[in-house]
Amino acid sequence: MTDRFVTRGFVGRRRAPERGQRILPGQYLTNDFPVLSAGPTPHTPLADWSFRIEGLVDQPVSWTWEEFNALPSREFMVDISCVTKWTKLDMRWHGVSVDTLLERVDLNRKEAFVIAFSDGGYTTNLPIADMVNDQAFVAYGYDDKPLAPEHGGPARLVVPHLYFWKSAKWVRGLRIVDRDQPGFWESFGYHNRGDPWLEERYSGD
Amino acid sequence: MATLNWQIATVTAVRDETPRVKTLSLLVPGWQSHRPGQHVDIRLTAEDGYQAQRSYSIASAPNEQPVIDLSVERVEDGEVSPFLHDEVVVGDRFEVRGPIGGYFVWDGAATDPLLLVAGGSGVVPLMAMVRHRSHIGAAVPCTLLYSSRTPDDIIYADELARLGGRDDGLRVIHALTRVQAAGWTGYSRRIDMRMLGEVLEGTGRMAQAFVCGPTPLVESVAESLVNIGLAPGQVRTERFGPTGA
Repeated sequence: MTDRFVTRGFVGRRRAPERGQRILPGQYLTNDFPVLSAGPTPHTPLADWSFRIEGLVDQPVSWTWEEFNALPSREFMVDISCVTKWTKLDMRWHGVSVDTLLERVDLNRKEAFVIAFSDGGYTTNLPIADMVNDQAFVAYGYDDKPLAPEHGGPARLVVPHLYFWKSAKWVRGLRIVDRDQPGFWESFGYHNRGDPWLEERYSGD
Repeated sequence: MATLNWQIATVTAVRDETPRVKTLSLLVPGWQSHRPGQHVDIRLTAEDGYQAQRSYSIASAPNEQPVIDLSVERVEDGEVSPFLHDEVVVGDRFEVRGPIGGYFVWDGAATDPLLLVAGGSGVVPLMAMVRHRSHIGAAVPCTLLYSSRTPDDIIYADELARLGGRDDGLRVIHALTRVQAAGWTGYSRRIDMRMLGEVLEGTGRMAQAFVCGPTPLVESVAESLVNIGLAPGQVRTERFGPTGA
């Protein structure tokens, strides 16, 4: 750090060291589950819901809600950091690993990008390397209950090692593409990758 | 896109808006202007290097001066807002960077009528739009439906009364949910679908809606507007929850 600027009189609230280590730079701890979205919460009936993998695959694949729920799934507990500065520890989700989904398609190439797309038109982009090896899930349960609509239910992407806007709510599929292209927030000045450990909040960080 | 560097802001004025909300005017040399609805990040650094960051909406309209106003609601158990309320005086400095956000913005280019729906301090980014509309003399009809608990909690009350009385297409409609002054003739309940329907009568279904407030209000207003018949793309949302701290 260069010459450090100090705000007169600011002390701040320190955390116990064992928790402090889990709070990433510029983040603060919350016990709430804040809701953020750019528009109205979509309410797609489960009978009309499907999840699709398309793009650079030999054969696109699509699951109905029932089929999706029959896929191997598991519980996972992770810390989540939102670019709006809150971090919530030990969030308990239930869902399907993206690895499980990608097993059902033949990817034409290994070094590709993924555009996650959602009801309501939201998109976000991720390198496929951030989506494999149990780093990413499509979650439909939270805290032993179905995932609530305002939190992205019936199903949302959960990619805990990136800022939470990458964890697209109301996700309906993954499009595999060979060239990266910015998603919704990435087009409005947010960072293309969004690694919270590196504080990649905005473009240029 | 250019990197958003931290810049040193100097407090040039502190104003009480309500018992729980203060406005800080910040001089930010080199400020590159902003669009109404955008926010900034602020960063406070303690003597030992400990830092805290928060986001605050910009309340002021863009103008020629490198000055921005932030209106900050006090969150009692918060880390940052009590400091901004109790400690900060004119001449103090902290770091800011921005402007941030590009979806929840209205910069006067669009011609659709505006429906601005605010709950509590969610009015702040919407006030930037109201002020900007007035500054540029835009003819776009604009309705602000603003829910507060009590008359004392209405932020920018005098300015809104003045701007709303100009007969230039701005309507300011208050809803008071807990306490109403004697003789109050406005809405005396939370914003609901019937209220939104009545307000939309004067706005038209082509309105572009911006909704900002605590999550329950935003969720219910956005859903009601869609149920009334607005397309989801006509409804843009932003939160001003208690976790702003």
